[in-house]
Amino acid sequence: MIGFTHYLIVAGILFSIGLVGILKRKNLLMLFFSTEILLNATNIGFVAASKYYGDLTGQLAAFFIIAVAASEVAVGLGLLVLWYKRTGSINLDSLQIMRG
Amino acid sequence: MYELVAFYLFAALTIGMFCVTVFSKNALYSMSALAGGMIFISGFFFLLDAEFLGVVQIIVYSGAIMALYAFGMMFFDSTDEVKEDFVAKKTVYTLAILSAVLIVIILAAPLWGAHLENAVLVTENLGNVQSLGLAMFTNYLIAFELSAVMLLVAMISGIVLVSKQLDNSITLADEVDTQESL
Repeated sequence: MIGFTHYLIVAGILFSIGLVGILKRKNLLMLFFSTEILLNATNIGFVAASKYYGDLTGQLAAFFIIAVAASEVAVGLGLLVLWYKRTGSINLDSLQIMRG
Repeated sequence: MYELVAFYLFAALTIGMFCVTVFSKNALYSMSALAGGMIFISGFFFLLDAEFLGVVQIIVYSGAIMALYAFGMMFFDSTDEVKEDFVAKKTVYTLAILSAVLIVIILAAPLWGAHLENAVLVTENLGNVQSLGLAMFTNYLIAFELSAVMLLVAMISGIVLVSKQLDNSITLADEVDTQESL
């Protein structure tokens, strides 16, 4: 049967994929996609815990995470469009304007 | 048996989709794969008896967030391939070690949390949506209202950041134009 551990393994694998994406890619749009993957992986973990412990708090946490993800996308994409208009690039290296 | 097949199918599909998202060179492929992965994740939620979250996942992620990304990508050159110029051995090793440690921690977490007490128990005679609503509007009311304010702030900031010429009103300018043409 499928247990709590199975869901946690899937969540861990998805979280690792998102982490690799965040550390590997240099395109800012790809960084946003990777953060979405991270948030979804934690959501799976929360909902699985909610089912196997008989506790609704996990589902509520997942609900608030979805709200946070939606507002993060709105603000982040607005800033990204503004940055692209100003510099013409969405590469992460173009953000290095403060050289020490 | 049915649950077993569904779980492994959705797990394979989700992992495949997210691998395409992370490793694809083309931003459009990557966005489409991300949208697919979001829908497959809602399959996990339906398997876990969280119907409300499954529906919210489909509506919010693949409806709202992916549409926002699609409209946002019209501002960028998404047709050409993403240029990324680095090859670093050190990064690969660091990533591998970090991911391994992370998986161990995630799998060990239920052992530490096994003696935690339940906060909001699942009531048997109520449905998922009803019990979730009861918990949300009693125990988590302030968090709910704060998240509503947060969404409002995010909406206003999105409008203010992207739109130009907020200081002159379009409708007023239209009225002036029509009066002049008359």
